[in-house]
Amino acid sequence: MGLLTFKMGGIHPPESKLSAKSAIEEVVLPKQAVVPLSQHLGVPAKVQVKRGELVKVGQLLAKGEAFISADIHSPVSGKVAKIEPRVDSTGFRKESVVIDVDGDEWDESIDTSTDIVKEIKLDQKEIVERIHRMGVVGMGGATFPSHVKYMVPDGKTVEYLIINGVECEPYLTSDHQLMLEKGEELIIGITIMMKALKVDKTIIGIENNKPDAIENLKNIAKNYQGITIEALKVQYPQGGEKQLIDALLGREVPSGKLPLEVGCVVNNVGTAYAIYEAVQKNKPLIERIVTVTGKTVGKPSNYKVRIGTPITELLEKANCDMEGTGKVINGGPMMGKALVLLNVPVTKGTSGVLLLEKAEAKRMPVLNCIRCSKCTDVCPMGLEPHLLSIIARQAENERCEEEQIMDCIECGSCVYTCPSGRPLLDNIRLGKSNVGFMIRNRSRK
Amino acid sequence: MGLLTVSGSPHIHGGLSVKKLMWGVVIAMMPAMLASFYYFGMGAIKVTLVAVVSAMLFEYLITKFILKKEPQLHDGSAAITGLLLAFNVPSNLPIWMIVVGALVAIGIAKMSFGGLGKNPFNPALVGRVFLLISFPVQMTSWPVVDKVFPLGLDAITGPTPLGIVKEGLDNGEPMSDLMSQIPSYTQMFIGESGGSLGEVSALLLLLGGIFMLLRKIITWHIPVSFLGSVIIFSGILWLIDPNAYVNPMFHLITGGMMMGVFFMATDMVTSPMTPKGQLIFGTGVGIITIIIRVWGAFPEGVSFAILIMNAVVPHLNSLFKPKRFGKEASNG
Repeated sequence: MGLLTFKMGGIHPPESKLSAKSAIEEVVLPKQAVVPLSQHLGVPAKVQVKRGELVKVGQLLAKGEAFISADIHSPVSGKVAKIEPRVDSTGFRKESVVIDVDGDEWDESIDTSTDIVKEIKLDQKEIVERIHRMGVVGMGGATFPSHVKYMVPDGKTVEYLIINGVECEPYLTSDHQLMLEKGEELIIGITIMMKALKVDKTIIGIENNKPDAIENLKNIAKNYQGITIEALKVQYPQGGEKQLIDALLGREVPSGKLPLEVGCVVNNVGTAYAIYEAVQKNKPLIERIVTVTGKTVGKPSNYKVRIGTPITELLEKANCDMEGTGKVINGGPMMGKALVLLNVPVTKGTSGVLLLEKAEAKRMPVLNCIRCSKCTDVCPMGLEPHLLSIIARQAENERCEEEQIMDCIECGSCVYTCPSGRPLLDNIRLGKSNVGFMIRNRSRK
Repeated sequence: MGLLTVSGSPHIHGGLSVKKLMWGVVIAMMPAMLASFYYFGMGAIKVTLVAVVSAMLFEYLITKFILKKEPQLHDGSAAITGLLLAFNVPSNLPIWMIVVGALVAIGIAKMSFGGLGKNPFNPALVGRVFLLISFPVQMTSWPVVDKVFPLGLDAITGPTPLGIVKEGLDNGEPMSDLMSQIPSYTQMFIGESGGSLGEVSALLLLLGGIFMLLRKIITWHIPVSFLGSVIIFSGILWLIDPNAYVNPMFHLITGGMMMGVFFMATDMVTSPMTPKGQLIFGTGVGIITIIIRVWGAFPEGVSFAILIMNAVVPHLNSLFKPKRFGKEASNG
């Protein structure tokens, strides 16, 4: 049977979904929560509280004042102990609000009941405003502030809302579990998004290795207008924004452009759920589902975690064998970041914590390129990673730009495939940052 | 708990390695190698051993003492060069010539460019062509296949079917006479034609090629375009005058054709990196092969054709780029 998929390249790594079908569990509150002011793409939020101040769950900690920024709310109740730079999952120090947790007192404006609210009372403008003020960002990992996507510029029309339930990263299961347990809320979230965008067509793309999630959402979507669910081939990076649009609609987002260019807005299922909670429950983005998984994890699980909870607490709860662990990754094995410190907090973009065994943690020795061109074959963007890697290394920035280095989505398929174990993506990232710098300088002149 | 590793994504690897690719090629060559042992006996075993051992030895010595790096013999590429060189010479070639061929292949064609992956020309072919030009007599006196495992090292020699036909046509002998002097097509296809070690059985080379295609060591582009252009080009000539030109089938199953198609032209290092480039490359090799075979001084043209097209590869790589995503966007 021909399932839908994207047309260029791609790989199929072992799916390794160890934590599949383990129900979402709540994690006890941490003693201290560390909340970075920059958990999203764009400008860090500006702090609104003072040291010693008492805060409630959901209270605004920092305001995203720039257009591309997001509000940060307190995930716990207690006293602001410090406001200082702390190392986060990126390995860099970021200004953070440290809160000593005391009880669990929520802001009164938040509806904490589990009742499902179907009726959408807000109008289009109010929805976008609410998404903005509740600090909703893309939950797939890129953490792009969501309200921006719902403020469609004049002259552009949106035809389709695309919901990403692909979860093509091996190991991760948080989106899968969300689609199983919170299907109704998720679909309501989608209808809210459709109202905000004034579109009448939504497609939810889900990889075919999650038949139960496809079934569940299909059943629920029957009662709603304009929402279809498409099963997709299990092929990485099916969940890449441009690949997903290509797979579902056969439209290619032009080089350097946004999905809007082909009439699409793409959001993750996690974002749809966050929007449901923001709009229907007035609940800011203060918690998320995190998969804790890997071969050295005693109990691979899907946890509902407050933002700011140290990752070490999750590792303890999941009964991890840290002696046998060689690498801890924030995110999935293909695009996640290796952690430099373990006691960094869970943030809005933490979709999973993956532990690799000592033997898996090390890269293979690097050999000369044998020009097999397997990297080119698997590149979903039609680029030539072997070439980009060399010219990026030599800082031939103009040539890098010509060869469209900026189109690289950093999916890692090239490195995964390379028989010589070459650090293609390391070099390409370097080149992208050089070319980005060059382009910014040019527009400044 | 020990220190954790920190490195950029991706954090998992598909497990493919140069070693796996290279040993895959060696496995694909096994059937044809065993057939050469069967038909040419001790001579073939001697040639193969000397070629492989000296290729590996030269690579080891050059890497260690001239380039002063850690030798990487386990990647299997030196062994393949040795094996391919053996496939390309007659089984009665003097040992010292094989050693010279291996030195030229590894020392000049491969290591002087920087070793694995850096050589523009196929090392084994450079070695073969060097030997052919330097020692034309020894390189073209082919032991005759007599179907038993010959233990003696001094076999009776005779020309290859390609040589018989080439010389005959040049002397104006009629095609039908020439055809009666060579084995039947079936015999030649299965493996009863004289020639270099690896030329003996088109069938087993084809099997090795199919194995490599299935294992995704090679793609179809070069073999298909190579064979296709040979069939079309020689077919046109044959249709014009069947008495002056041999039919395409003859070209396909004789000489180094199958070896060139599956093991020489498809060498990753020296062939283009995009499908379009590979199609042009294969077509070029096919056409040049037939030009040399029909009008050239040598009866065989596969090696020269591949080397000539090797030189064009960098151009093909920059002329034929893969189609970029979102470059010519089709909106709906």
